Amino acid sequence: MNDQIQEWRERVRRAASSGDALQPRGGGTKSFYGRTLVGDVLDTRAHAGVVGYEPTELVVTVRGGTPLAELEAVIAEKGQMLAFEPPHFGPTATVGGCVAAGLSGPRRLAAGALRDYVLGVKLLDGRGEVLNFGGQVMKNVAGYDVSRLIAGSLGTLGLILEVSLKVLPRPVAEATLSFELDEAQAIRRLNEWGGQPLPLSASAWYAGVLALRLSGAEAAVRSAVQKLGGTRVDDGEAEALWAAVREQTHDFFVGTGQSAGTAESALWRLALPSVAEPLGLAGEQCIEWGGSLRWLRSSASAEQVRARAEALGGHATLYRGGNRDGEVFHALPAPIMAIHRRLKSAFDPAGVFSPGRLYNGF
Amino acid sequence: MNTIHEALAPGEQEADFSGVDKVRVVEALARVLPAGALLYEAEDLRPYECDGLSAYRQVPMIVALPKTEAEVVAVLKVCHELGAPVVARGAGTGLSGGALPHANGVVLSLARFTRILSVDPYSRTAVVQPGVRNVSISEAAAPYGLYYAPDPSSQIACTIGGNVAENSGGVHCLKYGLTVHNVLRVRGVTIDGEVVEFGNHGPDAPGYDLLALAIGSEGMLAVVTEATVKLTPTPQLARCVLAAFDDVTRAGDAVAAVIAAGIIPAGLEMMDQPATVAVEDFVHAGYPLDAKAILLCESDGTPEEVAEEVERMRAVLEASGATEIRVSRDEAERLRFWAGRKAAFPAAGRLSPDYYCMDGTIPRKHIGAMLEAIEVMEGKYGLRCINVFHAGDGNLHPLILFDANQPGELERAEAFGAEILELSVEFGGTITGEHGVGIEKINQMCSQFTRAELAAFFRVKAAFDPAGLLNPGKAIPTLNRCAEYGRVRASGGQLPHPELPRF
Repeated sequence: MNDQIQEWRERVRRAASSGDALQPRGGGTKSFYGRTLVGDVLDTRAHAGVVGYEPTELVVTVRGGTPLAELEAVIAEKGQMLAFEPPHFGPTATVGGCVAAGLSGPRRLAAGALRDYVLGVKLLDGRGEVLNFGGQVMKNVAGYDVSRLIAGSLGTLGLILEVSLKVLPRPVAEATLSFELDEAQAIRRLNEWGGQPLPLSASAWYAGVLALRLSGAEAAVRSAVQKLGGTRVDDGEAEALWAAVREQTHDFFVGTGQSAGTAESALWRLALPSVAEPLGLAGEQCIEWGGSLRWLRSSASAEQVRARAEALGGHATLYRGGNRDGEVFHALPAPIMAIHRRLKSAFDPAGVFSPGRLYNGF
Repeated sequence: MNTIHEALAPGEQEADFSGVDKVRVVEALARVLPAGALLYEAEDLRPYECDGLSAYRQVPMIVALPKTEAEVVAVLKVCHELGAPVVARGAGTGLSGGALPHANGVVLSLARFTRILSVDPYSRTAVVQPGVRNVSISEAAAPYGLYYAPDPSSQIACTIGGNVAENSGGVHCLKYGLTVHNVLRVRGVTIDGEVVEFGNHGPDAPGYDLLALAIGSEGMLAVVTEATVKLTPTPQLARCVLAAFDDVTRAGDAVAAVIAAGIIPAGLEMMDQPATVAVEDFVHAGYPLDAKAILLCESDGTPEEVAEEVERMRAVLEASGATEIRVSRDEAERLRFWAGRKAAFPAAGRLSPDYYCMDGTIPRKHIGAMLEAIEVMEGKYGLRCINVFHAGDGNLHPLILFDANQPGELERAEAFGAEILELSVEFGGTITGEHGVGIEKINQMCSQFTRAELAAFFRVKAAFDPAGLLNPGKAIPTLNRCAEYGRVRASGGQLPHPELPRF
């Protein structure tokens, strides 16, 4: 075991016995996400580098502190990509932070979420034990799927030392179309298209315009472009648009989360069934993922937003801004919350790792 | 924080349920279940003594056949209160003994949960009860041009509840994913009778990803009462490329070359020469019998897309040294190509009185080395093995041929299988790709995981099932068992469902 890991193990054990908290932190690009952070920073960037990459296996194994941009550059050289298009939110984003946050970008519409691509993790748990779960192969049902549990757990179950991710070939062809549609029309069209064998790979609706990206074989993209109509967006412009949606530098997102505490600047993330009707809440929206992801800037109260999300069969997250000392994630039913507490205790009995970041109390 | 679980140190040794009082459990269950939903006489219990892995048999103490979620809740509450272990069971087609009953326990059959609650083409989802057969979902969705993608070989019989428990795959998972990628929400009941939902109808749920934990948990965390599955638009067209090779390693390399070319085939299967010869005799698929190995490489999508991809596949396979390439000209020919692959298990059954199917997964680059190692093992154990692989995802199904009536053959087959699994772990792979650990591969879990990792699994189980009553003794070996492992090899398996295709 290398010296860095040994040092971290000892640090975790000391923290566990003294009752101190630690917060694993990579580039700090997603520190805004989740509840207010506490504990001493454990800088994960000391443990970086691609451990193994064989393009023909469609798997890359990488240390948690590796810059996300570096990983993406390495696999791009072989014509491959992280199909879930994770947001970076800054040049210093790390792979460990990306997996811990569990966030996916525009391509999640068709390719699936980050958790779908996690094949294995090496975790330093709250006892100071180094544990391996999953592996480097696509199909693996030995033991519980702890790797996917770690995805999106926001550093509350341990420190991600290493992760194996499935990668995919970059599509041969892409094209973006735009359509002038109101919110309800856009939702309807997206769901209708979703039921047809079309190579959809991303969607974003904002201010009466729906942008739709198609990816796949040349022939498939060409025939879909003909079939769907709309206006073809220039390739350079399209690339900039999807990058802006992914990184939240798009006009809609600019200004969100700037002045914490004011309701108008808060950014809500509503994850809903794709067919859910228009929200009917005051404010502005950007809709992604075929209708299932609705970004909202609204003067509505937290209670109103959460109640509406729940009524539509989904949940709401206070993504940026607002009060980060209160709960930012949707309330859990009591039996589910009890399981969460016991899982936290299973991996981190002393509550060393990022306490309170996910929910108050653990 | 919670110190109870620390003190319990779950998973040190096998739990002892010998004190469970059958009369009390029967009486308590009779109060919560309607007549005909409770079996406890020896002759009624016999049909439940095994699942698809018939080498392991155990008559349960009691079988409960609830029909509603409220009845499931009531059964679990009774078992929880009286400390009786519970083994949930779907169609009983599993290949790893995951539904093997407990001598002092209750088999909770979900066989009466057979309703498809909704099929919604607009949201492309279906809500189904756990006892719905896998293929029934696709049949119900077909009028809308949709289907449920995971297609385990037993799909005409296996049920979605069992698919969730095992994270079942099939021949198309390289492109379309496993059960975990195609189930959006699971509703279930924990051992203390709480109704819980993991995942939801949207893209994700708040908090930890309990859905991912529940899928593939082999009935150890909760009992499924309902699932929402994703439906996928049916591809307009599929065509299959058959490529022959005069060398197994070259065939293995061709698999890597297809992937390296940026192609994700809808299916990518490999058979060695003994396998093609065995099936040709049986189904006359027209395979080139002089080839050392063949690949079946499928493309699906729009006609334009398929034409483009098939040409790319052909170019890569030619460059990889294929001695012959055929592209299916019509649906009948495509199905004939597949018929041979799907007949591999019954063909093995014709060659030999018994066979033992393995399920390791390895990185693709080791396929050639694994085949060579298996050839050496054939000599070592004096048994033949025919090899069929889900090559695209490195999932191997070597079929070890033996005759249980010949003294020593079963033991040699088991040792042969165990060596393949341990080599899979050495190659950086896993002991089970899609059949589950169950009881069959529980000892090999000791080779794949450390004590600390096994302890972590037990704590995960305890987070859902603190009393350890759901399917005890499966999937995760106790530390005691691992300490003993080395000489203790579990006995092998034959298939009790000869009518089902297995691939």
